[in-house]
Amino acid sequence: MSGHSPEEIQKSVKSYLLVFGILIIGTIVTVAVSYFDFGSMSANIIVALIIATFKASCVALIFMHLNAERKTIYMTLGLTWFFFMGLMSLTIWASGDKPNFTVAPNDVRFAVEEATEMDH
Amino acid sequence: MDVPYTDTARPDTGLYNGKVGIWLFLASEVMLFGALFSAYILLRVGAMDGHWPTGLLDVGPGFINTLILILSSVTVVMAWASLKLNNFKNFKLFQGITVFCALLFVLIKSYEYNSKFTHHDVILTNGMRVDGHLVEETEEFIVLSHPVEYPAEKGIGYRPTAISEAEEHAHEAGDDHHHAEDRKISKEEIDKRTNWGPWANTFFAIYFTLTGLHAIHVVGGALVIAYFWGPGSKLWKTNPERFANRIEVTGLFWHFVDLVWIFLFPILYLL
Repeated sequence: MSGHSPEEIQKSVKSYLLVFGILIIGTIVTVAVSYFDFGSMSANIIVALIIATFKASCVALIFMHLNAERKTIYMTLGLTWFFFMGLMSLTIWASGDKPNFTVAPNDVRFAVEEATEMDH
Repeated sequence: MDVPYTDTARPDTGLYNGKVGIWLFLASEVMLFGALFSAYILLRVGAMDGHWPTGLLDVGPGFINTLILILSSVTVVMAWASLKLNNFKNFKLFQGITVFCALLFVLIKSYEYNSKFTHHDVILTNGMRVDGHLVEETEEFIVLSHPVEYPAEKGIGYRPTAISEAEEHAHEAGDDHHHAEDRKISKEEIDKRTNWGPWANTFFAIYFTLTGLHAIHVVGGALVIAYFWGPGSKLWKTNPERFANRIEVTGLFWHFVDLVWIFLFPILYLL
C-alpha cells in the first residue's frame, strides 16, 4: 500500500465515501427489516446475518484494503476462516449432546405434566 | 542496528512487519469473539421454551452507536489517506474525529449499562412478575416506573406479548398514548428481586460479556489512536513512511472493532 500514487489514493477516497453511504443505508435496512417476520426465527436470523455479512464485507474489502492485499494475508485469513468455521460448527453440532440419562429442561416440564396426569 | 522491514516491504511477502503482525493479531481476535458468539448460540438454542428474553435492549442507543462506529471507521481510513496525500492537517482532523467518536460510543454504552442496572425485576408472592425502572425505594416499598407485569410462570420470553396485550387493552379503551402508571410495591409482597445486571439471566450474562469485551477493545484502540493523534505524531517529521504504516495498522484494528459491532448489534438488539 505504501507505493500508492496520489491519484490512486484519491480514487480510494471516493470508494471510502461510497462505502460509508452503503453502511449507513445498510444499518437503516437492518433495523427496518427486524420489524418484519419472514416466517420463522431461523429465516429472520438468516436475513439479519446476510445484511451484516454484506456490511462487514464492505468494511473488510474497502476500508481494510483486503480487495488488493498480499498472498500472505489471504493465507492467514484462510486459516482463520477454517478454524472459525470449525469452532462454530463443533459448537452447534454439540448443542444437542447430553450425557447419558440427562433429562433436558424442556423434558422436565413434560415429565412433570405426565406424572401429574398419571396421578389423576 | 535497525530492525529490517519496519518501513519497507519484505521482498518475498511484499509486506512490512507491522502489517503481518496486526493481521495475525486480528486472526486471534476473531477466535476470541468467535468463541463468545458460539457461546451465545449455545445458550440461546439451549434455553427453555419461552425463557429467552427479547426486546429488553433499547434499539435507539444501539443504532446510534452503530452509526458512530461506522463514521469513525471512515475517518480512521481517511486519516491514513490524508498522510499518503501528505496532508498532515487533514490527518489531525480525521484522527481527532475518530477519537471523539470512540468517546461518544463509550458514553452511550455507559448510559445503556446504567439504565440496565437501574431496571429492577421483581417476582411477587402472588406469582406475578413486574419489571420497571426503580424511581424510589424506602424501607417499606419500591416504586417502578413504566412497569411491565405478567405471570412469572410464563417466563421472561412472554414479556413482549405482555406489552402488546397492555397496548391493545389501552387502545380498546381509547387511550392510544397510554403509559402504565408507576407501580408501588410493598417489600412484603416481594418474593425475589434483581436488577438487570449480568447476574439476572443468561441473556444479560452474555450481553454484558460480549459488549463489555467489545467496549474494552474500543477504549484500548481509542487510547492508541489518541496517542498517535497527540505525542506520537512527532514521528511524521522524522520518518513519515513509518508513521503512515503505524496509522494504517491502528486503523486495521479499529475496523475490526467496527466489524464485531456490525454483528453484535443485530444479534443482541434486534433478534
